[in-house]
Amino acid sequence: MSQKNEFKLNLKPTWKELPIASIIPKPSTSRFYLTGDWRSFRPVIDKSKCTRCGLCWTYCPDAAITWFKDGSVEVNLDYCKGCGICAEECPVKAITMVEEGEE
Amino acid sequence: MAKRIAIECSHAISLAVKLANVDVIAAYPITPQTHIVEKLSEYVANGELDAEYINVESEHSAMSACIGAAAVGARCFTATAGQGLALMHEMLFIAAGNRLPIVMAVANRCLSPNLSIWGDQSDMMGSRDCGWIQLYGENAQEVFDFTLQAFKIAEDERVLLPVAVNFDGFYVTHVIESLIALDQEEVNRFLPPKRIPKYALHPDNPTTWGPIGLPDIQTELKYQLEKALQNSKTVIKEVWKEYGDLFGRYYDVIEPYRVEDAEVAILMMGGHCGTARIAVDKLREKGRRVGLIKLRLFRPFPVEELIEATKNLKALAVVDKAFSPGGFGGPIFNEIRSVFYDLDVKPKIFGFIAGLGGRDIRVDEFMSLAEKVLKGEKIEKNFVFLQVRE
Repeated sequence: MSQKNEFKLNLKPTWKELPIASIIPKPSTSRFYLTGDWRSFRPVIDKSKCTRCGLCWTYCPDAAITWFKDGSVEVNLDYCKGCGICAEECPVKAITMVEEGEE
Repeated sequence: MAKRIAIECSHAISLAVKLANVDVIAAYPITPQTHIVEKLSEYVANGELDAEYINVESEHSAMSACIGAAAVGARCFTATAGQGLALMHEMLFIAAGNRLPIVMAVANRCLSPNLSIWGDQSDMMGSRDCGWIQLYGENAQEVFDFTLQAFKIAEDERVLLPVAVNFDGFYVTHVIESLIALDQEEVNRFLPPKRIPKYALHPDNPTTWGPIGLPDIQTELKYQLEKALQNSKTVIKEVWKEYGDLFGRYYDVIEPYRVEDAEVAILMMGGHCGTARIAVDKLREKGRRVGLIKLRLFRPFPVEELIEATKNLKALAVVDKAFSPGGFGGPIFNEIRSVFYDLDVKPKIFGFIAGLGGRDIRVDEFMSLAEKVLKGEKIEKNFVFLQVRE
């Protein structure tokens, strides 16, 4: 994520700092807004059960799952909103939704 | 060179829009506004004005088209009235919030029911809080000058707000009056022939306008708009000064008439100020110390100027051509009451609702309301419907 340095996201701008009419001055800046903050349930993958089928990667509406060349998957918690679709779709029930704040 | 012509007030606006060399006109016909865009479509069809004239299917689309065009840097104009303005309501806020310098003429018309094509100010007052600069003209000269000035005010980098030029349906729109019309060379000295946008959508520089605004942004965004409106008064005055220096007609946000030594003043805006002025003159002949304050600018509301102009008055008679059912009188009355509440020395303020749905307000009606206030007659309610048959 080297591009992070190109754009500084100001989450709490004053009215003067906010661009006029809140115009977003550059394209593709939404990736700097970490929507993982919205999550109340976190997907936890049991790697011993995972068959590396990649269905969770296919279904994730936020593209928050990375599917590596060896077939293994990892959740990017910066963007995962905790919708639970991956856990629902996993054919071997290798994904559990755990409430944030709990182990 | 400027020359004096006879012209219908609606066409005075069309002429100003042609001289402003707009790029885009998007409009839907509605009485009593139609003559404005009818004339503009003639100008475009005859090749007298090089603009894109978009025939849209509704006023909502008219404003949407103007929003799109203004966002890419075009100079845009539309016009509407009554129900048309109501249908535009949603997009009015988008235009102001996105800080797009669109100019719109509003031929003020009563909102239905009953189906009324006649004038009052309930249409614009229904969209009062849309974030537009709101000017109210009394005659052909004012609306011609306001329209040209509106483009300059709207496009100023310190403002970047849409401007509504209001004038009364039929009582002003359809009247043929004397107008000192500027020529193209004169207008070009005042208003650049092309808008030079500071912000515009362009494929080489992609930007996002009107994105989702989460709760932690919206307050700052709305405050930005509030500051823009409040600060625009300085620019409006500057533009009016420049226009006066160039062409000899000076304007201010309010126009006091025989107020210096008056005890009572009528306060209102729009075409009926002409009738009120005659009433003031007649009362003066009878020795009554009565004056008139005409309000030209409703948003931003000229608070300081009103306090200054009314400091020697015993009472103000505010005449509104719109009201809020179940509320506390007309919109101007409400503003005025709020302006004066905190002052230690202030005039008594009475509200009169009149001229609804095109009902004329006659000279004798203005005279009797002023006499009533002057005599200090007990007015039972804070505001009254002046013309209702009981």
